[in-house]
Amino acid sequence: MRSVSIIGAGCTRFGERWEDSLRDLVVETGIMALEDSNVSGEEIDGLYVGNMSGGRFVEQEHIGALISDCAGLSRLHVPSTRVEAACASGGLALRQAVLAVASGYSDVVIAAGVEKMTDVTGGVAADALAAAADREWECFFGATFPALYAMIARLHMHRYGTTREELAQVAVKNHHNGSMNPISQYQMEITVEKVLRSPLVADPLRVLDCSPITDGAAAVVLVPTKIAHKYSDAPIKILATAQASDTLALHDRRNITTLDATVHAAKKAFGQAGLERKDIDLAEVHDAFTIGEIAAIEDLGFVEKGEGGKAAEEGLTWIGGKLPINTSGGLKACGHPVGATGIKQAYEMVLQLRGEAGKRQVEGAKVGLTHNVGGCGGTALVHILSR
Amino acid sequence: MSTVPRFWRHISQRYNLVGTHCSKCDEYYYPPRTICPNCRRTAQMEDHKFKGKGTVITYTTIYNATDDFKRQTPYNLAIIELDEGPRLTGQVICSPNEIEIGMKVKPVFRILGKEGDRGIIYYGTKFVPVEGSVQPITL
Amino acid sequence: MPAGIVSYGVYIPKYRIRAEEIARVWGESEDIAQKLNVFEKSVPDTDEDAVTIAVEAARNAVKRGFVDPARIDAIYAGSESHPYAVKPTGTIVGEAIGANHEFTTADLEFACKAGTAAVQACLGLVTANLIDLGLAIGTDTSQGAPGDALEYTAAAGAAAYLIGRENLAAEIEEFYSFTTDTPDFWRREGMPYPEHGGRFTGEPGYFKHVTSAAQGLMKKMGTKPEDYDYAVFHQPNGKFPVRVAGQLGFSKDQIEPGLVVPWIGNTYSGSSLIGLAATLDVARPGERIFLVSFGSGAGSDAFSIRVEEGIEEIRDRAPRVRDYVENVQYLDYAVYAKHKGKLRL
Repeated sequence: MRSVSIIGAGCTRFGERWEDSLRDLVVETGIMALEDSNVSGEEIDGLYVGNMSGGRFVEQEHIGALISDCAGLSRLHVPSTRVEAACASGGLALRQAVLAVASGYSDVVIAAGVEKMTDVTGGVAADALAAAADREWECFFGATFPALYAMIARLHMHRYGTTREELAQVAVKNHHNGSMNPISQYQMEITVEKVLRSPLVADPLRVLDCSPITDGAAAVVLVPTKIAHKYSDAPIKILATAQASDTLALHDRRNITTLDATVHAAKKAFGQAGLERKDIDLAEVHDAFTIGEIAAIEDLGFVEKGEGGKAAEEGLTWIGGKLPINTSGGLKACGHPVGATGIKQAYEMVLQLRGEAGKRQVEGAKVGLTHNVGGCGGTALVHILSR
Repeated sequence: MSTVPRFWRHISQRYNLVGTHCSKCDEYYYPPRTICPNCRRTAQMEDHKFKGKGTVITYTTIYNATDDFKRQTPYNLAIIELDEGPRLTGQVICSPNEIEIGMKVKPVFRILGKEGDRGIIYYGTKFVPVEGSVQPITL
Repeated sequence: MPAGIVSYGVYIPKYRIRAEEIARVWGESEDIAQKLNVFEKSVPDTDEDAVTIAVEAARNAVKRGFVDPARIDAIYAGSESHPYAVKPTGTIVGEAIGANHEFTTADLEFACKAGTAAVQACLGLVTANLIDLGLAIGTDTSQGAPGDALEYTAAAGAAAYLIGRENLAAEIEEFYSFTTDTPDFWRREGMPYPEHGGRFTGEPGYFKHVTSAAQGLMKKMGTKPEDYDYAVFHQPNGKFPVRVAGQLGFSKDQIEPGLVVPWIGNTYSGSSLIGLAATLDVARPGERIFLVSFGSGAGSDAFSIRVEEGIEEIRDRAPRVRDYVENVQYLDYAVYAKHKGKLRL
């Protein structure tokens, strides 16, 4: 297998992009990534795009051909593949692109992610997202995505004494980070009190515990490491790509407060990279809900199980702490255009590892980890990147 | 939103909690499984009707629902461990203040949803508390 | 061979609204509860309808009787609020109680008396030896238009009776029906709420039919009110059954155990059958019960019932009417309106 590096990255501004369609977002991010990587269209020999539900959000399937076409690559007949793993679709697109280059089948491959979510009403969007859960045996009874994570949160609080305030601290930290990220959907800081006063969505989770409905797209360009310097002065090496699955339904899990898919993907990733947890300088983790970040840092092995709640409150996961988490603002503040999230995480890591993250730069960042979850843990992807 | 065949296909499972049992490893499954994850291709699966008594493992109260459920808010959703072992997701009908982890519940027959004003009505099982049943449980 | 009731079960939703709360909303005088002798009425949950409460009642009947539901050969469900205009309640009930698929079913409708018509249908098949066991249900989540007099009484409840020849809890000795074409109350196809003839529902409707059926049965059997330990008359409100009992020569003591309407309201197709169930809850073997239903439109079915030894064995295996009457949660008018689907979303 060949070593693979990222030579360029792009990401649109995240938010309610009323004037832009899915196609507009794809084109915008594609141009950014190609310009950043100094790659010409003729060199591209593969495209992978993560998209959760073009069918439900914009009534468009066949996203692979669509984005190749919109990107002006149709006459080059570039193979273009849409991949789907719910909210982990972006992470999965990255992994498929890495595998394509690593295997030697392709040399210059784009991994992209896109979701256009605001063309439908909130109720339709909630239902489309709920399709990541078990439609027959969860959603049929009224389960929503926040509800499933709320049940994880409730049990986490019951078992480990995690507090409502600790959940809120995750949102406070991520909004703080997001306020320093120009692409972030939310640019405002919030307080614990504000989180606790926000309306209940699925008790104990409130509006400010939840990632928003977001439009956005992101793309990265991958080549074999040994030719990366041809394109970039600061290529970012992919040290590990790992994926794991678990039961679709939360109720079937071995342990409701542990995402075993995360545990297994992390174990594989650290094995591939030959690194230990202490070697990671920062991480982007899947905080679709505040409890998600708490569970993630536990399941990735950064803190003991049950200790995740204290991390944000004690400053461990803030920029300047021992392990900054979600410097981009995370899904919570930066926004969560589901199919794009996994690629946006890689984009943030590229900026951080290049030292281009501005006010939210983690000093001396050398190795970073990205963690993308599909559903409430049916799929998990972990990537480790280094400069 | 489901469809007529999708609902009809699972009527016995939804009305009467019919799941499966692997007679090889003696594990019970609800929702039903075709393949036993313990025994896989060597599994010996048979239908099993669950009694429906169980314990609340975790729960939430939903205030913001999808369009199909917005008329019902607020409603409680829980993961319930049936006495025979398997866990399922279902609604628990009681006040949001009443539901607790460790609460014993029993099944009732209710409307789960409707296909708008013109479509079919989805009937099935929800749960209600067994009065005075909350017990500390070890998870 | 005698035939009759093998088992019975009821279900009444736990929610109640007080008559005075409805009166408050419509500016009605507070003594309307005394005038009607209905102090509160049952209200279904948002996810309950005539099918779900029929299933709960039928499951109670099966449980009380220790009956294998696969033995049930016929299911007749009477209601004026079947959730489907076309698509039977009986098929859903059959599946939900675990009847095997070898049964006949059809839905019945006759305002408040379709439940007793279902009993007659089952009794006919059983006594003709065509089937072993039938399930007769009266179930309603009845509707009263907001502000209409009916709103103070239109309630929800169901009763289910297993009708057979073996292990009887009570024998149905005889029945007699009296039916005329009297438009005292109706609901046209597609309309959400019924219409009624106001005071016309009284003398030409309820009283004429209940009295004629009661007298007809006693004449047919040669019995008198004193021959019965208990009597149950259809309960559209708390006044009519008391008055008709007096007119026919029955005492207050005879009707008291079965008079549940002041606390649950008029459960329509469930009404007289829930009254009968409340009576069976306390009756002893050898005692006799006189039952008369009434359905607008109009007709009455009168039954003479003798309680058998079997009652003692089965009685405590399922909740009694009193258990449902006592387990209540009160709603204000706003939440009641949500429960009844009176709020359009």
